[in-house]
Amino acid sequence: MNWQAIALSLRLATCVAGILLIAGMPIAYWITFSRWRWKFLVEAIVALPIVLPPTVLGYYILVGLGPQNLPGKLWQSWFGHTLPFTFGGLLVASVLYSLPFAVQPFSAGFESVDRRLIEASWMLGTSRLGTFFRVILPLSAAGAITGTVLSFAHTIGEFGVVLMVGGNIPGVTRTVSIDIYDQVQAANYDVANRTALALLVFSFLVLSVIYGTNRTALSLWRRR
Amino acid sequence: MNSGGGNVEPIHKTLAVSLFRPALVATGIALALAVLLAAPAGTMAYHNLASEAAQKPCGVVTIAAAADLMYAMNEIVANFEKATGCILRVSTGSSGNFLSQIENGAPFDVFFSADIEYPRKLETEGLAVTGSTYLYAVGKIVLWVRNDSRLDIGRGVAVLRDSSVHKVAIANPQHAPYGRAAEQALQKAGVYDAIKARLVLGENISQAAEFVESGNADAGILALSLALSPELKEKGRFWRIPEDLYTPIQQGVVLIRASQNPQGARAFLEYVKTPAMAALLERYGFVLPGKVKP
Repeated sequence: MNWQAIALSLRLATCVAGILLIAGMPIAYWITFSRWRWKFLVEAIVALPIVLPPTVLGYYILVGLGPQNLPGKLWQSWFGHTLPFTFGGLLVASVLYSLPFAVQPFSAGFESVDRRLIEASWMLGTSRLGTFFRVILPLSAAGAITGTVLSFAHTIGEFGVVLMVGGNIPGVTRTVSIDIYDQVQAANYDVANRTALALLVFSFLVLSVIYGTNRTALSLWRRR
Repeated sequence: MNSGGGNVEPIHKTLAVSLFRPALVATGIALALAVLLAAPAGTMAYHNLASEAAQKPCGVVTIAAAADLMYAMNEIVANFEKATGCILRVSTGSSGNFLSQIENGAPFDVFFSADIEYPRKLETEGLAVTGSTYLYAVGKIVLWVRNDSRLDIGRGVAVLRDSSVHKVAIANPQHAPYGRAAEQALQKAGVYDAIKARLVLGENISQAAEFVESGNADAGILALSLALSPELKEKGRFWRIPEDLYTPIQQGVVLIRASQNPQGARAFLEYVKTPAMAALLERYGFVLPGKVKP
């Protein structure tokens, strides 16, 4: 079994889940409480990765952000290199790709909080930020957990984007899903089998723990 | 601030209900459209294929071809279809992937591998027609850069040590024959260890080409057949890697035993062996082969 690839996938998924926990919360908050009439456009953009094939995102990152195009040239002048073939590139791709899997459960969690409690908190003089951390977040913890776990799990399971822009560098962009693909192509079925089985058991355990300990999390996701 | 407790609840309820409605409506419309568009198109394609096949003498032949053949195969296919009226369906990709797929029942009739060992393996496993393996070409590798590159590739693979080279694209040596040849050449030229960290691996040789062509990699070791293709010819320049640095890639084709159309498959294989097609392959940089001993 390729422990390097497994470690890389875990690292990538942890970073993605962490970033989305921090960045996804304000987006979800805005989506839940904004009354802007064009809000549905933002919702549609956030949900795009559910519909789009990973090849579309892969194509834009490889060619659109490649050194031949203006966005890529700008990126290169800021960061010194282009996105493909780097851990940072995978991170950007994965954050975009897992965005709805974090934001939608977060938002569903916020929505489930009784509006009267929020307004009571405001009325009693607690700031919006204070209300968020002391009223909204504790009451929607299930949504926060679901969103974080789903974005983590979705990143572990990511394949298409990584295949297109990763360049298969050991320890940098060769994730566990890519490793399984390589082993199958090289007809190393034994290795592929072991890694695939480990991944299957891991995914099942993660989801079992979540669904088992958090019935509300389950119902929140189902409501989507 | 709204202080009337009585009217807070209805407002917030309508808000909550309407919250995801646009998204739901949009999803519904998208689904309905997808069903409407997909259903007739699907059945139409099926009818076309069936009626087409009925009119033609040798039906449909399904071909799996190594990625380095991508462009040469287009031309051969066009010629063959014109000459015989057969229909060819060609998939291109990594030879290793095709091997795995055929071992697991993929419905191909003919398999053009970049490595002759794969067809031989299929024969041994009883999955290919015994004795049908044929060496159709010998593949060469080149060092390829875009036209706008400042690298002096005339200096050979040693130029990859240059500090301006950040990424070098090759095919994955684990399962792509061109990747193995590239790795071998780099090792023999004594630059492998120095540039190992710069290597990015394409899933097959055409993905490696895409990495360099898009400018994401600074140089690549590609198949000569791709460097000579109309798509890449204008975009870059190449340097032939001397053959003493690697084992030239023996490319084999084989007939698949489970073929639904053995006659059509055999006809196509014979066609590829004709002098005209051999010349075409040569034009794409494949060296003319001799017969393989059974």
